[in-house]
Amino acid sequence: MDLIADHISHRFGALEVLDDVSFTVSSGEVVAIVGPSGCGKSTLLQVLGGLLQPSAGQAELRGTPPPGSLNPLTFVFQDFALLPWCTVEQNVEFVLLHTGLPATERAAVVADALRRTGLTDFRGAWPKQLSGGMRQRVGIARALAVRPAILLMNEPLSALDSQTRELLMEDFIGLLADGAMGAVYVTHNLEEAVRLADRIVVLSRRPGRVREVVPIPLTRAERGDIHARGQLLALQGELWSLIRGQAIDAEREMQHA
Amino acid sequence: MLERPENAPGSPQDDRKAVTQPVAFRGAGFAPKSGRYSGWIAIILVIGLWQLAGSAGWVNALFLPTPSAIARAIYQLAISGALWHHVSVSVMRIGTGWILGTFAGVIVGFAIGLSSLARGVGITFISALFPIPKIALLPLLILWLGIGEEPKIATIALGVFFSTAISVYSGVDQVPRNLIRMAQSFNVPFATIVRHVIWPGALPSILAGFRITASVALLLVVSAEMIGAEFGIGAFVLQAGNLMQTDQLLAGVVILSLFGLAVGRLINWLENRLLHWR
Repeated sequence: MDLIADHISHRFGALEVLDDVSFTVSSGEVVAIVGPSGCGKSTLLQVLGGLLQPSAGQAELRGTPPPGSLNPLTFVFQDFALLPWCTVEQNVEFVLLHTGLPATERAAVVADALRRTGLTDFRGAWPKQLSGGMRQRVGIARALAVRPAILLMNEPLSALDSQTRELLMEDFIGLLADGAMGAVYVTHNLEEAVRLADRIVVLSRRPGRVREVVPIPLTRAERGDIHARGQLLALQGELWSLIRGQAIDAEREMQHA
Repeated sequence: MLERPENAPGSPQDDRKAVTQPVAFRGAGFAPKSGRYSGWIAIILVIGLWQLAGSAGWVNALFLPTPSAIARAIYQLAISGALWHHVSVSVMRIGTGWILGTFAGVIVGFAIGLSSLARGVGITFISALFPIPKIALLPLLILWLGIGEEPKIATIALGVFFSTAISVYSGVDQVPRNLIRMAQSFNVPFATIVRHVIWPGALPSILAGFRITASVALLLVVSAEMIGAEFGIGAFVLQAGNLMQTDQLLAGVVILSLFGLAVGRLINWLENRLLHWR
């Protein structure tokens, strides 16, 4: 199943945020979206996920969802968006309540999602009892429970400390390794983008336009190799040189706003 | 990089020669804790002083009867059956009015919180009618509904309704939008979002509203009973005042205070049961 951004533009009142953004996320592909602050990355993700009606253009899905998929386009949120009045298990089950799955099957799906994210021992815990990393794992378990075709991840690691980020990055790489799921990964962090994505869409400063699409010429397995580190750093440097000037301008613009 | 000359004040060489002194602790205060028994001890002390002042004749018992006289009055009211009669009538009025007002307030509050049309219309009406002291409507309600229980119950229900509606729609407004967006992103239907996201999210505000409406109901029942009732705690307090039976009057006030405390404890219990996740 492919996700297509088809000439998407969006404005909030007089503020033009996105301008004619087009690209395709092919089945099983991971596309990172990077760009200066305020360039419309999160807005674009909301449009792609159907949470925001664009001013022009549209997001399209092509092909059929994988068998058993209950929600082909599934978000993983920056702020986790867990229901504080539900336990870990109930948070994951919540997104299955309306699907018509019988209770026993629901329980099995939840148990499987918790097992895949290492949360089985925490199924009865409340969100307030969990660390940021564990909360994001619950967000990932919830997403996995509906068997998505494409994950829409909005800065999923930005609220976490560096060690937890590293651990969750390893989890993401593991989850996306078999190519069964694609992802759109919005991030400020170029290292995350280079480690995870197959292609990186670089947006210009506001209004966000596609400035460049940078393919990563290594498989994710190859990127784990110590010898690939130099190549990844060079790519990161290349991306930063694309963004730096506009990031400075965006920063100044925000200070004057 | 800035460099300091050797042996200048503040340089490492200079500091090593100086006398050491502990860093003064300055992080105290601004963390008040409620003692477990301090409140009870204070109440017992005040009651003791009050009793002493009355028994020693420092204050006139007609104007301020002693706590023991008030306790005696409550005991006599209890054994005569009058206490139960007055309390049961007041509780019936409060209970019926509060349930009716709360039921309507929750429905209207949710409608305002969830629908643009209801919000546009409802907030205008509530803003216009909420500031009216509801007891001022009692004479009108007597004209409409007669002189029985109905106007008193309606006064309480009206007072409870507005506060409840406001606390419910404020609670709905305070539900984090990211949780609603999350549910929508999983295609969760409207009714499930209301039941599993909006309702529990608004519950802290709704229960805080219950605390306010319980006080409103108590205030209105006493006022309504003082205006036009033969029985009820408000009527009893008014009659005792008219007859200068200040021990009976304060007995009624103590019963009202105990009733308010009991309702407060009930709401605490509800909060502990329903909001344990906080």
